[in-house]
Amino acid sequence: MAGEAQILPGTLDLLILKAVSLGPLHGYGVLLRIGQISGQTLLIEQGALYPALFRLVRQGLLRATWGTSENNRRAKFYELTASGRKRLREETDGWNRLAAAMGSVLAAQPEKS
Amino acid sequence: MRFLAYFRSVAAKLLYRPQVEDDMEQELRSHIHHRADDLEHSGMNRIEAERRARIEFGGHARFKEEAREALGGNFIETLLQDARFSIRVLCKSPGFAIVAILTLAMAIGANAVVFGVLNGLILRPLNVPQAESLWGTEYGADPGFQSYPNYRDLRDRNHSFEDLAAFNFAFVGLDTGNHPFRAMGFATTGNYFDVLRIRPYLGRFFHSSDEHGPNSAPYLVLSYAYWHRRFQDDRSVIGRTVLLNKHPFTIIGVAPPEFRGTLLFASSDFFMPIVDQEQVNGLPLNVRGTTQEIFEAFGHLRPGVTPAQATADLDAVGADLEKTYPKEFGQKRSVVGRVGLTSFDHAVRAFVLALTLLAGLILLAACANLGGLFAARAADRSRELALRLALGSSRHRILRSLLTEAVLISLAGGAVGLWASVELLYRLSGWQPFPGAPIRIPVTPDAKVYAVALMVAVVSGLLFGMVPLRQVLRTDPYQIIKSGSASKIGRRISLRELLLGGQIAICAVLVTSSMVAVRGLFRSLNADLGIQPRNTMLVTTNLATAGYSGDQVITMQKRMITVLKTIPGVEQVGLVNNYPPLIYASASRANVFKTKTSDLRPSNVAARPYRFEVSPRYFQAAGTSLLAGRGFTWHDDKNAPRVAIVNREFAHRMFGSVTLAIGSYYKLQDGTRVQVVGLVEDGKYLSLTEDPQPAMFLPSPQWPSGDSSVIVRSSHDTQKLILAIRGKLRELDRGLPVDTETWNSMLKVVLFPSRVATISLGVLGLMGAMLSITGIFGMAAYSVSKRLRELGIRMALGAQRKEVLQAALGRAFKLLAFGSAAGLVLGILASRVLASIVYEATPRDPVVLAGVVLAMTSLGLLATWVPAQRALSLDPTTLLREE
Repeated sequence: MAGEAQILPGTLDLLILKAVSLGPLHGYGVLLRIGQISGQTLLIEQGALYPALFRLVRQGLLRATWGTSENNRRAKFYELTASGRKRLREETDGWNRLAAAMGSVLAAQPEKS
Repeated sequence: MRFLAYFRSVAAKLLYRPQVEDDMEQELRSHIHHRADDLEHSGMNRIEAERRARIEFGGHARFKEEAREALGGNFIETLLQDARFSIRVLCKSPGFAIVAILTLAMAIGANAVVFGVLNGLILRPLNVPQAESLWGTEYGADPGFQSYPNYRDLRDRNHSFEDLAAFNFAFVGLDTGNHPFRAMGFATTGNYFDVLRIRPYLGRFFHSSDEHGPNSAPYLVLSYAYWHRRFQDDRSVIGRTVLLNKHPFTIIGVAPPEFRGTLLFASSDFFMPIVDQEQVNGLPLNVRGTTQEIFEAFGHLRPGVTPAQATADLDAVGADLEKTYPKEFGQKRSVVGRVGLTSFDHAVRAFVLALTLLAGLILLAACANLGGLFAARAADRSRELALRLALGSSRHRILRSLLTEAVLISLAGGAVGLWASVELLYRLSGWQPFPGAPIRIPVTPDAKVYAVALMVAVVSGLLFGMVPLRQVLRTDPYQIIKSGSASKIGRRISLRELLLGGQIAICAVLVTSSMVAVRGLFRSLNADLGIQPRNTMLVTTNLATAGYSGDQVITMQKRMITVLKTIPGVEQVGLVNNYPPLIYASASRANVFKTKTSDLRPSNVAARPYRFEVSPRYFQAAGTSLLAGRGFTWHDDKNAPRVAIVNREFAHRMFGSVTLAIGSYYKLQDGTRVQVVGLVEDGKYLSLTEDPQPAMFLPSPQWPSGDSSVIVRSSHDTQKLILAIRGKLRELDRGLPVDTETWNSMLKVVLFPSRVATISLGVLGLMGAMLSITGIFGMAAYSVSKRLRELGIRMALGAQRKEVLQAALGRAFKLLAFGSAAGLVLGILASRVLASIVYEATPRDPVVLAGVVLAMTSLGLLATWVPAQRALSLDPTTLLREE
C-alpha cells in the first residue's frame, strides 16, 4: 500500500501523547486522530494500542476516566496529566532535533572535486 | 508522582483483580464496537462489521496479556499465576511429583546434614568472644600431651600469643556428701577463663592470682549443664564444699550455659585449677619429663600474627628448651590448630571435606535425575506447549512456568529434606555414643543450616529446570501439532542420555566409596590386634585414690587377681597398669637406648616403643601369644633383676633380628638396664590405623601403680560375671570404687571414627543407588513408552523377545555400562581420601571391584525390570489398532 509508513519503534508513545494532547480521547478515537492528523499515512495495529495506553497510565503520563462517546457508547477517555504534558514537550524537542539531524545527513551531496 | 501512579496501578491490579480484568475487557470490547459502528456507517451489515472489527483488532488474548503486563506488578502476579498453574499440573501427575520431591528431599537433606556437621565442627568456632583469633597449640611427639613446666616456659617465652592457657582432663569421683559419682572435667590453668574472655553465670571464676604452687587452689567451677543436672539449678551451691577423689573443693561459680569446655567432642562437667591436679589425679605438677599434665594449650594470637608464624615461634622456644633440658625432651614439634580440635584437626577436616564432596555429588546426581525427568516430561507435553505457543503465549512465559514448576518441586523437596535433617542433627547432638564417656557431637543446626538448605533447593530447582530450556526454545508449534507426538528416533546422543550417564557415573562413585569403607571397617574388625578382646572383662580400679600406698598396692593387686581367679568359669586373670592397649588412647611412649649408650639425650634414642606394665599371666588373659622366652612371674619383683618382654617390631628395630633379642639388654630413660626375657607378637596399641609399632612390657611388680585394669577372661554370661566380680572385690574392700566393662565395648571408642565414616558413606552410597534406580527406571520406562508403536511393529513382523528387549533397553544398558565403568575408576581414585580415615580401606581389592560391578548390574536389572516386562507383554494387534 503506497503512502503508508511503518511506525518507528518507540514512537508510538509520542504519537499517543500528541493525539491526546489535542483533547480527551478514547482508545479508538486515538487511532482515528493519529490517522487523521498524519493524513492516513501512519497506521497502527489496533490491538497494539492498548498495552501502550496502559503503560502510559502506569507511568502517570495519562489519566483515564469512563465516559460516554459520541456514538453513545460507554468508553474510557484518556487525557494528559501535567507530567504527560512535560514529557510530550521533551519528546517533541528530541524528535525535532533528531529529524533535523537526519534530514541534513540525508540531504548531503557528494562534494565535487 | 510517577511512583504513586505505578503503585496505584499495581495495587489496583493485585487488590481489585476482577474489576481490572473486567475493565480491560470492556474497554477492548468498546473499541471493537466503535470500529464496527464506523464500518456499519460505510455500508456493511452489522454482523459482518463486527466480524471485520474483531479481525482488524488482531490477537485479542495476546494484547490483553501485553496490556496486563503494561499495568506493572506483573512479576508477583505471574508468579502466583504460574505457581497456581504448576500446582494444578503437578496434582495431575502425583506420581511424578512425589518421586521428584522425595529425590530432592533426600539430596537436599543429605546436604543439609553434611553442612550441619561442617558448620558444627569446622565453621562454628567455640562459643566464646573473638573465637576467630583463638588458636590451640600442641607441643610434643605424643599427640596432645606435654608437661606443666613446659607449658609455663612456652607461655612466658613465646611472642605470638597474648596469653596462653591450658587444660587437661580430670576423671574423678565427685562426692557431694552421700555418694561419689564419676564425673569428667577439665583441670585448667588459672588464666583459663580470662584467656577465653567469658564471664561466670553464677559466682566467680578462679584466676591466675588464686594459684600459689601445688594444691593451693581447691576451687571448683561447675558447667551449667552439670549444675542443672546434679544440683537442680540450686543457687545456694556457691560456697558449698564437695569431695573430688576424697579431697575437699569449694564450689565458687557456674560457667555460662553456652560454654561446654574447650574440647569439641566432649562436654565438661566441671573446671578445677590445674595446680591441684596432683592431689586429685596424682599427676606431679613440676616434673618436666612427663607428658601427662597438659592436653592442649591455647590463646588469642596477637594481632597480625599468622598461625604459621606462631608455629615457628613455638618451635624456636622448644628448640631452646631442648638444649636446656636435654634429658627430659624427646622428639618434639609444634602444631597449631583450632582449639578443641587440634589433635584431630586434619582427620576431621579431611573427613568432613570428603563428606561434603560426596553430598555435593548426590545433589548433582539428583539434579541430573530430575533434569532428565523434566526433559522427558517436556517432551511428553510438547503438544500442550505447542498449543500454548500457537494460542499466543510467549516462549518466555512458558519457560517461566516450567521453571516455577521446578522450583516449586525443589522447595517442597527442600522443606521435607530440611525437616528430616534438622531432626537428625538434633538427635546427633543429643546423642551420647558411649554411656561411660562424655563424648558428644556438636552439630546443633542454626540459621546458617536453614539458609544453606533453602539456597541449595532454589539453585538445584533452577538447575534442573533449565534442562528442557533448549527443547522449549526450539519447539515449532506447527510441526508438532501436525506430526503428533512421534519424535525423532535415533538421534546420536541426547542431553537426557548424557545426564543419565553422568548420573550413573556419580552413583557408581558413591557405591564404590561406600563399599571401600564398609570393607575397610569389616577388615579392621577382623584385623589382628595382637589381643583377643572377645570374652574379656576389664575391671578398673584406682588404689591410690582409695588410700593404698607403697607395698600395699602390689599386695592388694595380687589378692584381687587371686580372688577373681576363684570365680567359676574364669579362665585367665591378668593386670595391666593404667589401661590395656587401644583403650582411651592411653598408650604412652618411652625413650629407650642401646645398652652401650651412656649419654641419654634425645638424639641418642634408639627407639620410642609403647610402654605397658603388666602382671604375670597378662598375656594369657589378653590373648597375646608369647613367641619365645618366658612370661613374667611374681618373682620378677623389686628385688629381682629388671626384665622386659618386647614385641617383634621392637626386637627387630633394637637388635636387628628377632632371634638375637632374648637375653639382650637395653636401657630405659632413667638409666635402668633391662634384660629381654620374652618375645610377643605385634599388635595395635594406640589406634587401629597405626603401622606396626615397637612395644615393651615391663613387670608391674617392678613398676607398681595403683591405677590399673584387671583383665578377666571368661566365656560365661557377662551380667553374672560382673556381679560375681563386684561381690568378690567388695569382700576385699567395701569402699573401693570398681568399674567393670567388657573390653569389646570399650574398643568401640577406638572404632568410633571409622564406624561413623562407614555409616555415613554407607548411607550416601545407598542414596546413590536409589538415585540410579530411579534414573535408569525413568529413562527405560520413557524409552519403552515412546517406542511402543515401533516395538509393536517389530513384534508383528516376527522379532524375537531378545531383539525386542535389545531395541527397547539396549541404550539404557549401554549407558549403565559406560557410566558404571567411569564411576568405578573415579571412585577408586576418590577412595584414596578414605584410606586416611577408614583403616584398611583400599580400593584395589577384588571383592570391592566385584561388589561394585555386581551392585551396579543388579541395580540396572532392578530398574529395567518393569519397563522390560512392559515391552515383552506388548500385544502388537491391540497396539497397532489403537493408534
